[in-house]
Amino acid sequence: MLNPDLKLASDIFSSNPQLKSLREGFGEGLVLAGELNDNVVALCADVADSLKMNLFRERFPKRFFEMGIAEQNMAAVASGLASTGKIPVIGSYGVFSPGRNWEQIRTTICYNEQKVIIVGSHTGLNVGPDGASHQALEDIALTRVLPHLAVIVPSDALEARKAILEAIDYPTSVYLRLTREPSPILTTEETPFEINQSLVFWLPKQEDKFSGLTIFTCGYLVSEALKVASELEQEGINITVINNSALKPLDKELILTWAKKSKMIVTLEEHQVSGGMGSALSEFLSENHPIKMKLLGINDSFGESGEAQELIKKYHLDKDNLKALVKELITQIT
Amino acid sequence: MKTTNNIKELEKLANNIRQDIIKTLILAKSGHCAGPLGAVEQYVALYFGGILKYDANNPNWPERDRVVVSNGHYAPLVYAILAQAGYFSKKELKTLRKLGSCLQGHPHRLSVKGVETSSGPVGEGLSQAVGMALGLKLDGIKSQVYCLMGDGEHDCGNTWEAIMLAAKHQLDNLTVIIDRNNIQIDGFTEQVMPLEPLKEKYEAFGWKVLEVDGHNLEEIIRALNKAKAIFVKPVAIICHTIPGKGINFMEWEYRWHGKTPNLKEGEEALRQLRTLNGKIKSELD
Repeated sequence: MLNPDLKLASDIFSSNPQLKSLREGFGEGLVLAGELNDNVVALCADVADSLKMNLFRERFPKRFFEMGIAEQNMAAVASGLASTGKIPVIGSYGVFSPGRNWEQIRTTICYNEQKVIIVGSHTGLNVGPDGASHQALEDIALTRVLPHLAVIVPSDALEARKAILEAIDYPTSVYLRLTREPSPILTTEETPFEINQSLVFWLPKQEDKFSGLTIFTCGYLVSEALKVASELEQEGINITVINNSALKPLDKELILTWAKKSKMIVTLEEHQVSGGMGSALSEFLSENHPIKMKLLGINDSFGESGEAQELIKKYHLDKDNLKALVKELITQIT
Repeated sequence: MKTTNNIKELEKLANNIRQDIIKTLILAKSGHCAGPLGAVEQYVALYFGGILKYDANNPNWPERDRVVVSNGHYAPLVYAILAQAGYFSKKELKTLRKLGSCLQGHPHRLSVKGVETSSGPVGEGLSQAVGMALGLKLDGIKSQVYCLMGDGEHDCGNTWEAIMLAAKHQLDNLTVIIDRNNIQIDGFTEQVMPLEPLKEKYEAFGWKVLEVDGHNLEEIIRALNKAKAIFVKPVAIICHTIPGKGINFMEWEYRWHGKTPNLKEGEEALRQLRTLNGKIKSELD
């Protein structure tokens, strides 16, 4: 069942759920952040409208810097701005930032300990028809290895809005992963959100009937996992679904709690399995509570053109594939 | 250290800084030699020629001028200058590159006072300087940002991205000092990756360019003062220098870019610097 404490959206499982892209939520949040803090400045590399940073540009023209297609410069300029007390938010597509400008992020932002918020949009297969060149499937791996950098993957537009506001006040630099396509709004204004906190979105209806399988997922795929959990519940199978938005630092307490309650963990993400969210979890659990795991994501390949939903299906990350796999895995652990 | 407009005094100081660099590198046993030796006058002019607004006892003074060293491998020179300026004791120079030292092989902002940015990977200092210049303008703070660069890092695309952005925002609070010593690790710049006509390139990108003899302190100081008086455009000062300046077996020898003198070579270098005291003179003499 949906975790009643979190006041999640009531229409998640309706045939017509409310849709909104994460980038839209971020764009709105950025304007709010600008209103709350005069030091917030925004930099964008020729994709302001795409990232909905045009909203900030229109509201605070003097605090918006159009960098042109120059992501390396953008990252290092942001570091310089941060040194004068500004809180720069830099935005581009994930393949370009943190893809193209990784070394500038490493040296001038992270090693320098200058606080910058790095927003990578159009990540995962979600960007669809643009094809593999624009589908960032490596950005989590690139960012979570950097000291002094937190990594957050919101699951819906509201979380993206809350995440940028939280990131402004967070003590270190933050990487915020966004997607392009409209996706279901899973949370409400009342749902809590903190950078260091992951949340159990779906609980076994009765604890004694828990199958022992917990899915950790993040981003858009949280909605797919929730659908699977709901359908399985109707078939009398109880699983847990955790929105693992806190990728770095991990919400270790929550992860340990559920690892201890579970017999198997499935991770699901729109990212390379190598270096991604599942990888982070498995690093932590192999030391602290070794447990059987199944890591779902992209396996050492690039994506391709196609509609987002078609690609999710092709790469076996969709609801139907996940449901079949979960059922099979449960037979192995019971 | 007081600042002075006495060129003779500055020349003597430059010679002492060169000796500090050699002594530091003999002990460190690794690091860069030729570039730092050639760029001494730029730093001496900036820090001790009455140009830079700074307070070593208050390194975070908000109204200070900013110095961004884009080529972090000039660390031996940077540290010798900062010690001379009073940011830390000269004794620290002996610890360069040693475990636990505040003097990292390439400068780390959080380890040592007076260093505005961690650097090492070249080609991204100018971007940080541009960010500082933009931030200071937003706050209406009238401080100047100085970015000291090598010529080799003009190979990097990032450098030209920053050059474009500085012109776009007409950053007249930004002065770039380029050490045009014509060498980089693999050889002479014009063989590795031709940069000329560098002056015209900057001008085409919307900058004001001044060219000086990089070993003539009076010329450098004059250019730095002139740069402050130029509005609407950022200014680049191209300092033509001789790598390894002051030591005959290092001058113009690109192999000394990333090499340190052993004890014997170091003693010879120090002997030359001591006996040739005043060899590097301005045109006043």
